[in-house]
Amino acid sequence: MNAPDRSARTPRAVTAAAFAVPVAFLGVFFAVPVATLISTGLREGGRWDLGAVGEVLTSPSTRSVAWFTLWQAVVSTAATVVAALPAAWLIGRIRFPGRSLLMAALIVPFVLPTVVVGTAFLAVLGPDGPVAALGGVLGFDVDLRRTATAVILAHVFFNYAVVARTVGAAWMAVDPAAEDAARTLGADRWTTFRTVTLPQLRPALAGAASIVFLFTFTSFGVVKILGGPRIATIEVEIHRLTTQLLDLRTASVLSLLQLAAVIAALALYRRAGARRGSARTRAGRSVLHRPAGAERWGVAATITSAALLVGVPIATLVWRSFDTAGGPGLGYYRALGSTGRGSALFVPPAEAVRNSLVIGAAAATTALIVGGLAAVGLHRLGGRARGVADSSLMLPLGVSAVTVGFGFLIALDEPPLDLRTSPLLIPAAQAVIAIPFVVRTLLPALDAVPARLREAAAALGAPPHRVWWEVDARLLRRPALGALGFAYAISLGEFGATVFIARADAPTVPVAIFRALSQPGALNVGQAMALSTVLLALTAAVMLLVDRVGDARVGGF
Amino acid sequence: MSSLTVRGVSKAFGGLTVLDGVDLAVEDGSTLALLGPSGSGKSTLLRIVAGLDQPDAGSVHLDDDDVTHRPAHRRGVGVVFQDQALFPHLDVAGNVGFGLRMAGVDRRERSVRVRDALDVVGLSGYEHRDPATLSGGEAQRVALARALAPRPAVVLLDEPLAALDQLLRERLLVELRSLFDDLDVTVVAVTHDPTEAAALGDRIAVLLDGRIAQVGAPGAVIAAPASAEVAGLVGQRNVFDGRVVEGGVETSLGLLAVDPAGHAGPVALLVPPSAVVPTPDGPLRGRVRGLLYRSGTPVAIVAGVGPRDDPDRMSPTDGPTLDVLAEPGWVVGDEVTLRIHAASVHLMVR
Amino acid sequence: MTSTRRTLSALLAASLVVAACGDDDAETTTPDPEHGAATSITMLTHDSFDVSEEVLAAFTEATGITVELLPSGDAGSMLNQAILTKGSPQGDVLFGVDSTFLSRALDEDLFLAYESPALEDVDESLVLDPEHRVTPIDTGDVCLNYDKAGLAEAGLEPPADLADLADPAYAGTLVVENPATSSPGLAYLLATVAEFGEDGWQDHWRALRANDVEVAAGWEEAYYGSFSGAAGSPGDRPIVVSYASSPPAEVIFAEEPLDEAPTGVVEGTCYRQIEFAGILAGTEHEEAAQQLVDFLLSPTFQEDVPLNMFVYPVIDVELPAEFVEHGAQPQDPYLLEADVVAANRDAWIEEWTEIVLR
Repeated sequence: MNAPDRSARTPRAVTAAAFAVPVAFLGVFFAVPVATLISTGLREGGRWDLGAVGEVLTSPSTRSVAWFTLWQAVVSTAATVVAALPAAWLIGRIRFPGRSLLMAALIVPFVLPTVVVGTAFLAVLGPDGPVAALGGVLGFDVDLRRTATAVILAHVFFNYAVVARTVGAAWMAVDPAAEDAARTLGADRWTTFRTVTLPQLRPALAGAASIVFLFTFTSFGVVKILGGPRIATIEVEIHRLTTQLLDLRTASVLSLLQLAAVIAALALYRRAGARRGSARTRAGRSVLHRPAGAERWGVAATITSAALLVGVPIATLVWRSFDTAGGPGLGYYRALGSTGRGSALFVPPAEAVRNSLVIGAAAATTALIVGGLAAVGLHRLGGRARGVADSSLMLPLGVSAVTVGFGFLIALDEPPLDLRTSPLLIPAAQAVIAIPFVVRTLLPALDAVPARLREAAAALGAPPHRVWWEVDARLLRRPALGALGFAYAISLGEFGATVFIARADAPTVPVAIFRALSQPGALNVGQAMALSTVLLALTAAVMLLVDRVGDARVGGF
Repeated sequence: MSSLTVRGVSKAFGGLTVLDGVDLAVEDGSTLALLGPSGSGKSTLLRIVAGLDQPDAGSVHLDDDDVTHRPAHRRGVGVVFQDQALFPHLDVAGNVGFGLRMAGVDRRERSVRVRDALDVVGLSGYEHRDPATLSGGEAQRVALARALAPRPAVVLLDEPLAALDQLLRERLLVELRSLFDDLDVTVVAVTHDPTEAAALGDRIAVLLDGRIAQVGAPGAVIAAPASAEVAGLVGQRNVFDGRVVEGGVETSLGLLAVDPAGHAGPVALLVPPSAVVPTPDGPLRGRVRGLLYRSGTPVAIVAGVGPRDDPDRMSPTDGPTLDVLAEPGWVVGDEVTLRIHAASVHLMVR
Repeated sequence: MTSTRRTLSALLAASLVVAACGDDDAETTTPDPEHGAATSITMLTHDSFDVSEEVLAAFTEATGITVELLPSGDAGSMLNQAILTKGSPQGDVLFGVDSTFLSRALDEDLFLAYESPALEDVDESLVLDPEHRVTPIDTGDVCLNYDKAGLAEAGLEPPADLADLADPAYAGTLVVENPATSSPGLAYLLATVAEFGEDGWQDHWRALRANDVEVAAGWEEAYYGSFSGAAGSPGDRPIVVSYASSPPAEVIFAEEPLDEAPTGVVEGTCYRQIEFAGILAGTEHEEAAQQLVDFLLSPTFQEDVPLNMFVYPVIDVELPAEFVEHGAQPQDPYLLEADVVAANRDAWIEEWTEIVLR
């Protein structure tokens, strides 16, 4: 009836103040370093060398890398959507024991470090793994290592939760009464799904798919470990050009190319998101029912496929951590506690766990504060500006860690901002990656706070700051805790940026895993597996808490 | 407790005028029912009085203070929202005590006043209930207690009973009315329901298209609406267009010998059902299309009403429809003859 | 619900407390610059660098200089970072630029010249820069390693030299690293160039491709992913490009004590890598940096090198028993001139990529 008069209640100054911190933070820790590196690559003797852009873009090697990147991202996205759709149905419709456990388990791959996943997949897909064993039984010689298939499978593993949880939440919001109505009007189950359910899920599907596309298009660790030398995405190529060849010119053009693709994916995501509101208001719980009849087979099949896709790699990893030379045992775990070798750089893995927990707490807190302020600012923005600002916050997900890392070296090398070796750099870098997820969690929650409650508080005598504290802050506590937990989990698993800046004496768990894997000897491999399992358990525990505390929408995906 | 005065308040949203020079005065301790259809601007007026929106022009006064630019939290105006807007994160006592806490009332006094406020609305012992577990009526009472607890100068109610079922609504209406009398508080209640307006208000102000169309005592507004639109809004049904002519008013019911009382040209007529008398020799006839009970009184919907001696007008769909107090024994399909008591007909501007 | 929320809050609060304590720890270990004349210098290294704690402590003890280590990715990544930050370096000394990348470092004028007196004890053939902008610290040999059990199972003898691998009998047995992304991979390519000549290596690799050579991105992937001889590896290839020191490592890190290394080295296939240290131009602690370079050539550090980095010292010190027993010390490894490598490296890699991968 009455359009709320935003400008009257929230002066521009408040919005600007809320944005100041995230803008400064992302400027220092993301935008400036990236811009510096790209301009270093594209400036020749103080002059822009824009010829490079055309030259690199038209070269056959760029075209082949770009084509593969696009191709694998599209196929990975489609495969993920198809594979995870049954799980979305399960989440959106079925009540079953262990539901919240499944929800938490699904998100674990998403926050696992790529080193761990790569190693696990090598084990699964290698000649001694279950896939080869199955192939052997069927009379095929299967070795999927170093193939695009392996990369795509790992991408499905990684992003399964994005589709399952996002679309599952949308499915919950689809009114079952409309489906019932279609059935009484003569539509069979499949027709009902196609004509009634699917159209309502489409915005969520498009949103999830564009996020999966973003992640797979910029995939690095998985491609590097599983793809072998014949396969490179743009991101892998940027890394190679930057760290090995120091060809910043080509790398800068590729960075811009990737950025353009990422912006396109984000624009798609935004369009999908803008149409999402309609289906979201219904309370979800009541639409869940116990499976009956043929549905039980569907549930069984879905859980089995989820277990195969997500469970087998995890199970293989866990199994290998117990599979010592002398039979199953805790040998590798015991080794974690020992201080071993007395090297100047050696850090007992148990201490790496401590480092991870400490850095995670700092990163998650930073992400919550910066992301929370960004969410407040976005909440007060309207229209196009909001969409653009929202997408900009997600850009760090689409820029190579090596670009940011090398950018740090050049851009942040002078006092007062010589942060290159500062211990604060790790939590800051991890926070940059976690902020989009915090915003995606808090912004919908903030938008969902009824304006009426704020007005009621004001009418009862609460000045603006107390309205914020008594209403918004209280109602956001659960989503904020959820966002904090999710940011924590992301920080625990973050590898790409961390390995670049981790101090020698304070590695995180993923960095310690990486180091253990680069040392020869069974004990090191075993410790890496044991550490991976510890990380897995930590992450799962955090996500379980997050699911208990927050709602299914944590992370926004 | 204060008097409330609104002077020349205008407000537009995006070029659309919602309020257009509204003047209102509510006496200290009295209750004004602000009646209007949806979109008439009544909620906007209420938000402006509460300080939740700013008027484009005009002013709001509490007693002699111009409070137009005083923000909501310093205005001392209590609001009961249509959807209650109870804080989901606070229990009933937390909700009711919220305004007291904002005012810095200490914990002990607060708990006493919360208890008192809950007593007043008949919810003693509800202190520790979660708002989500309350019924609609209970939630409405909590919202009322919350608005009343800080002893505001003026209380505003936005469609206070819209969310409730019929039975509960009537019971609460009476309770509210006696509560306002007992508390001696200045109240503005916004509603679209004339029954509610009449039951709650010492006076009714009718808001139409952003302007005050009529202000007066409930009986006066309902019995003698100022225009056909107001008549429709207060629930009157037998409203017809007419034209003042020699010897009365010419209408689709024929010429009625009504005293023009200063009106000329096109007018609107209100024919109260009590002014229509069934009589065998009445000049009008029609056919009973439906029978219904309004508050226990049988009412016949008589269609195709027209002069009885006009043979062309016998079709049941031809001619206007009139609500008539039904005679015992009438059944649907009966043809009846009627007379209109011209002296009871109310003329209005068109 | 409430209790879970409380648990999560408690968990986070606890981590923050730990974080706070962690900071305290960090402060106690960081030398206080205002406290006395203590100097702290930073040494940039690659990720494979390691040194015993007491060895570094001995240096601090003797000189009063504390050394901070700053691992910066693999050797190539570290060098490129140093080039990007030229003039405003992240550290004072850089350790780990190897013979294949040396020309790039020297062309960029990254280092200050310093002729350490300790160079007296070092074989002259290892001193590749006559201006002494870099100082040799250790050597490593990239050689073919084989899985003893795996080859026996396949009924194969270990190859005697590089040429053997072109024999169809060895089809499907070899995994190498991509020279474009891996330092041992590049060393192995250089070994084949040294063996078959600048115009002959291409045919050898064509034969290897016909023999189903597998290419991994890096050493970890090859050794742990594809080589069957590494403990716990899922791999099925019994021959891998690795180091002369890998068999001792397998013994040292075995879960159960081993009498014999499970893997062996083909001594005739080794390519020598020399790792250098240099003083970064732009340092504010040139003298301390010189002392550190001297120390890197001291017996204390040199004796520590084998077990920490699995490379060999450049001065004559006693080797650990495992190295003597299980390690290979190839007598006449391949080694190309630094400027030949510099002039051809990129072209060779490109050509190799065409032959083997495309």
